[in-house]
Amino acid sequence: MDIVAKTRDFMSQTGYMARFTGQLFTLGTKPPYEFKEFLVQCYIIGYRSLPLVALTGFIMGLVLTMQLRPSLVYYGVQSQLPVMVGIAIVREIGPVITALIFAGKIGSSIGAELGSMKVTEQIDAMEVSGTNPYKYLVATRVVAGTLMLPVLTMLADAISLFGAYIGVNISAVTSFKLFFMQILRTLEFGDVLPAFIKTFFFGFAVSIVGCYKGYNSNKGTRGVGNSANSAVVLSSVFIFIIDLLAVQVTAILGLN
Amino acid sequence: MEHGQTAEMNDSNGEAVIVINGLCKSFGNNHVLNNFNLRLNSKENLVVLGRSGSGKSVLIKCIIGLLKPDDGEIIVFGNNVDELSHHELDMLRTEIGFLFQSNALYDSMTVRENLEFPLRRHWFELSQKEVDDMVMEALDNVNLGHTSEMMPAELSGGMAKRIALARTMILRPKVILYDEPTTGLDPITAREIESLILKLHDKYQTSSIIISHDMNCVKNTADRVALLLDGKCYTEGSFEDLEKSEDEHVKQFFE
Repeated sequence: MDIVAKTRDFMSQTGYMARFTGQLFTLGTKPPYEFKEFLVQCYIIGYRSLPLVALTGFIMGLVLTMQLRPSLVYYGVQSQLPVMVGIAIVREIGPVITALIFAGKIGSSIGAELGSMKVTEQIDAMEVSGTNPYKYLVATRVVAGTLMLPVLTMLADAISLFGAYIGVNISAVTSFKLFFMQILRTLEFGDVLPAFIKTFFFGFAVSIVGCYKGYNSNKGTRGVGNSANSAVVLSSVFIFIIDLLAVQVTAILGLN
Repeated sequence: MEHGQTAEMNDSNGEAVIVINGLCKSFGNNHVLNNFNLRLNSKENLVVLGRSGSGKSVLIKCIIGLLKPDDGEIIVFGNNVDELSHHELDMLRTEIGFLFQSNALYDSMTVRENLEFPLRRHWFELSQKEVDDMVMEALDNVNLGHTSEMMPAELSGGMAKRIALARTMILRPKVILYDEPTTGLDPITAREIESLILKLHDKYQTSSIIISHDMNCVKNTADRVALLLDGKCYTEGSFEDLEKSEDEHVKQFFE
């Protein structure tokens, strides 16, 4: 495929995806709403992701602390370890790593599920039964994903900080209260809020990409595999782009 | 009706539930349907016969609004499908059942949930008991009352087809579109499906378009047969009439 054709394909894909996303604000906002399916998706996307997010969060905090400690000891500022780890986790590492884990688990799962439904004509069956599959399948998953990732990120942050506390106590002794008081005294509104807000965008991006890839899956099992794979890849790229934009916006607003 | 004539809503055969005039549908340079005309009369079983890839499935997907025609009109119960809003089309679809060739059962739901799904979405006022009764009646219609808690993956091909048929019938549609209902089934199961089609037709007084190239299915189920050839309704008539035809294209199917 030459560069012109590739560019044209990229542009048309971008257009289709923009239109697909736009439908969420036109079709998705009209009643009747799919509350029951939304709650089911909140359970699947949120609750069932909790063990994985908790585990990775714990390891993230533990490893980060253990990796940072030698450098801080070298410069004689090991007392700043809780503060450094706390800010790193809450502002950046917690939201981004959780979003990437979320993309791997939920993005691929949505892509594969909807892709499989597409190739086996289940989406068509839903449509001919007079049910709008976009509202039932896409809107519910996107809204659930958008709302659940911030919750998961908060939990991951908390568990990660606990992991950091364990990491600190492997080489030294620090009380639980002192460790967390040191972090909480340092964290400011500008550290927490932008990080929290961007997780909504991460959740939205992962869910809408997963739905788009699955909903537009090509025929055949290879199409389903490609949908799941490209959902993870594309949503991961989107997470970094959104993160980059969030940093710029935060800087412009003077919250850095 | 010979090719080129347009179908009218009312003629000597009675009231038409579906009228298709000048339907055209292409995929790139492949002109699948090209000025296709057809009418389905009330309480009639019409079989659309044609070779694989001749556009039979495309035809019924255009009727139900899954595919958008390039040209022509499809009138269902007096409504032009192409001019309906999304909501109006959804309402019309509750009057039309569609049996997919692949069955298209929701594989994450049990058989019961598959059957409940359309009921819950359209007949909100039903109590749980009424829903349960309707689900059991639908399952009993296809002699599979014991499968309600099974998952689609646990069903055989014939059972899955019958469950799909039960789901198609559960909203009591006035028209049913069957996409190759016996394809891929063994002869005995295929005959069972044909019997069910006829039984449900008699019980609920439905009108049906049956897409098939299984000549046994055509013979057993058709009140009338339309032959789809080169994107057009080449000819139509009773099975016996077409069986006796001297036309080379028609004879190919009956030999």
